[in-house]
Amino acid sequence: MNILVCMKQVPDTAIAIRLDAEQKSIDRSEITYVVNPFDEYAIEAGLQLKEKYGGEVTLVTMGPDRADEALRTGLAMGADKGVHISDPALEGSDTLVTAKVLAAAIKGLPYDIVLCGKVATDDNTGQVGPALAELLGIPHISGATTLEVDDDAKKATATREVEGGFMRMEVPIPAVITAEKDLNAPRYPSLPGIMKAKTKPVDKKDVASLGMDPSSVGLAGSKIQPMGMSLPPVREAGRIIEGEAEEAAKELARLLRAEVKIL
Amino acid sequence: MDFDLSDEQKMLKRTVRDFAEKEIKPTRAEFDEKAEYPIEILRRLGDMGIMGMAIPPEYGGSGADVISYAIAVEELSKIDPSVAVAVSVHNSLGCDPIVKFGTEEQKKKWLPGLASGKKIGCFCLTEPDAGSDAAAVKGTARLDGDEYIINARKQFITNAAGADLSLVFVMTDKEKGYKGISGFLVPTDAPGFSRGKKEKKMGIHASVTMEMNYEDCRIPKENLLGEEGDGFKIALWALDAGRIGVAAQAVGIAQGALNEAVAYSKERIQFGKPISSFQAIQWMIADMATEIDAARFLVYRAAYVKDKGGRFSKEAAMAKLKASDVAVNVSRDAVQIFGGYGYMREYPVERYYRDAKITEIYEGTSEIQRMVISRALLR
Repeated sequence: MNILVCMKQVPDTAIAIRLDAEQKSIDRSEITYVVNPFDEYAIEAGLQLKEKYGGEVTLVTMGPDRADEALRTGLAMGADKGVHISDPALEGSDTLVTAKVLAAAIKGLPYDIVLCGKVATDDNTGQVGPALAELLGIPHISGATTLEVDDDAKKATATREVEGGFMRMEVPIPAVITAEKDLNAPRYPSLPGIMKAKTKPVDKKDVASLGMDPSSVGLAGSKIQPMGMSLPPVREAGRIIEGEAEEAAKELARLLRAEVKIL
Repeated sequence: MDFDLSDEQKMLKRTVRDFAEKEIKPTRAEFDEKAEYPIEILRRLGDMGIMGMAIPPEYGGSGADVISYAIAVEELSKIDPSVAVAVSVHNSLGCDPIVKFGTEEQKKKWLPGLASGKKIGCFCLTEPDAGSDAAAVKGTARLDGDEYIINARKQFITNAAGADLSLVFVMTDKEKGYKGISGFLVPTDAPGFSRGKKEKKMGIHASVTMEMNYEDCRIPKENLLGEEGDGFKIALWALDAGRIGVAAQAVGIAQGALNEAVAYSKERIQFGKPISSFQAIQWMIADMATEIDAARFLVYRAAYVKDKGGRFSKEAAMAKLKASDVAVNVSRDAVQIFGGYGYMREYPVERYYRDAKITEIYEGTSEIQRMVISRALLR
């Protein structure tokens, strides 16, 4: 079974985010990067399918040179090889352009299933997986919390969480499945896996080698133009009302009415 | 000279840190409180290749370098020094002597299980009257046909609670003194083996320490490690290497305590300001961080010399001497920064302080390290 997993390197969610001077992007100078946590579930799902049916897990990522580190992490978990699409022209690509680039890279590869994270924790759009399915002309199920793939019957069954319950869906494969966070428990890379990761093949691609026009990608080729970014307002320090309980309660009520205006 | 870790070492550091944060941290206080041996965590570390780090791949191990080993032990120790010492003893004292001195049959028989973490190893040298003076062991082994019969009472055994295999050092020829000591691989299901009392300790509670008793314990004669009389040499070689592990554990304790102290000092408000804005705290933190870096570089240096195949006794002793001193001092200062809260079990720094002291004692006291270092200089 040929399993493709699309993944993205994102800023570590455990660190504080600062904005750059133009307030259109985040300041990347002091950021540490990790594999998008939702993509870890997709990688794990891919590895489990390989363990069941044999075959190969190929990771596909679009990102700058540093994204190689994320690919190596996936390879250390047990994926077999990687495709790294890296080109300065891709900077600023919106979700549709990203999906087009991934689709261009994937069209040359054999695949029975394409797995993605449901959403990337940096831009939080959740659009690339479904757009990719559309461009490849195959069905998709997004936000899968369970996944069974029947390689003989060529179908996949997944559960999605919907308002107030669950929805089970079946699609013929190849299909795109995007992973929700409870899909599985991603394994940690093993030490032998880490030591092997560097020697596993990673195919480097740029815009030209995908047969795409540089003007059709990146910020120039994107329909979505970012206007600005802002940090959430800083939480102000709380206020402690001193005094006897009765007096303090009266003061609290007065403040809620006169200043906060919620009463 | 390159101060950077390799890409693989960096990924290992991230992976073990991630594992420790997510899988060990949530339950570490409970394991400490109950003095419970974290066997499930060790099994999972086995799945990750951390229980057979130096074992060659053909015997199921990871075949990793010593710096990687120090990195893994430090990262585990930052979160839980008890897990770190279990891993360190298993690797350095349980597995590595078999890799170095074992026959092909012994390697094939024992290493795959140990490397996978499905079997746990331990090291039995210390006796009630033989601590720093390890040559004073009274335990004996004598050959009876195809079997050795072992009689010994070993104490303070790390990993005793989970051990499947013990490496036991006893006299095969008392006349020869330390040259009459031999090492034996004794599985804990051998007839005549039993575990003794579980010790109540100052710290590293989750590293359950017990007595191990061998009463007319019979093992096949093939379980002799090396030749008769090689035991002392094997034990000293293992302890030299083990000291790198204990030193890395000590660095981890200090770094873990510092991390807690830094975070707390930024949150704790006194006199209307975070205490991190006071010079008294700033200077403590600066000194703690500097000492930790000094200790860590000594650990990496000792590991580097061992990786290169050179003599590393002095370097390992220096690393352990310095790092254990730093662990005690830094964890004490961390308690000081936490003030009254630091003395409470609800906060993690009192545990680091309790856990730190043992690093100045086991696998050779600081005094023994000074003997090793001065001997190398004065010979």
